[in-house]
Amino acid sequence: MKILYFAWLRERIGYAEDTIDPPASVTTVAALAEFLAGLSPAHARAFADRGMIKAALDQQFVPPETPLGNAREVAFFPPFTGG
Amino acid sequence: MPRVIVAAADFDPGAELARLEAGAGAVSGFVGIVRGESQGRTLAALTLEHYPGMTEQALAAMAGTAMTRWRLLDCLIIHRIGRLEPGARIVLAATASAHRGDALEATAFLIDWLKTDAPFWKREDFIDGHSEWVAPRDADHAARARWVLSGP
Repeated sequence: MKILYFAWLRERIGYAEDTIDPPASVTTVAALAEFLAGLSPAHARAFADRGMIKAALDQQFVPPETPLGNAREVAFFPPFTGG
Repeated sequence: MPRVIVAAADFDPGAELARLEAGAGAVSGFVGIVRGESQGRTLAALTLEHYPGMTEQALAAMAGTAMTRWRLLDCLIIHRIGRLEPGARIVLAATASAHRGDALEATAFLIDWLKTDAPFWKREDFIDGHSEWVAPRDADHAARARWVLSGP
């Protein structure tokens, strides 16, 4: 599974992308965030403010309780600030 | 056909608006520009990051919504990415219709939704070397909310 990080998540982690095979117990977007937070101290810092982090499954914006299903790409990022 | 462009390159607002004129009675456009200061501090640049693929999809969906909700003949969104210095153009949202009402409202809708619903992130780079990611503003979410149809 490809994990993408954007904006300050990417800066705090130090790179833009992880490829991981999460354990079977990780079934939702929120559980995946929890799992990623445990990967390294940098990940823990990046995921500390969980309320400020949004996610997309295969490029579709989704709420945290969404099941991962067969998603191939999961992205984590702060709220959008375009325009 | 609505067009969406995400690119580092600058655009020519006059030429882009002129391209929407054929057959229209009204063309409306909004151009966003990088300001020279933020929170009283002098800005060296804004850096715009995006999610390639998802951004284009989100903009196309927004343009499609505008085409369905208003009587539009055409619609265009150009959003720049990368490092943009004060005075640089960031975004163009433009629409063409038979009459001004549809064009003006649809343009306002597009620019309000661009702020909250497309995967772009702005970082402010100040002249003292300090950088800060822009936090979403409540006012932007309130502006977006006025286009949401109320429930049953």
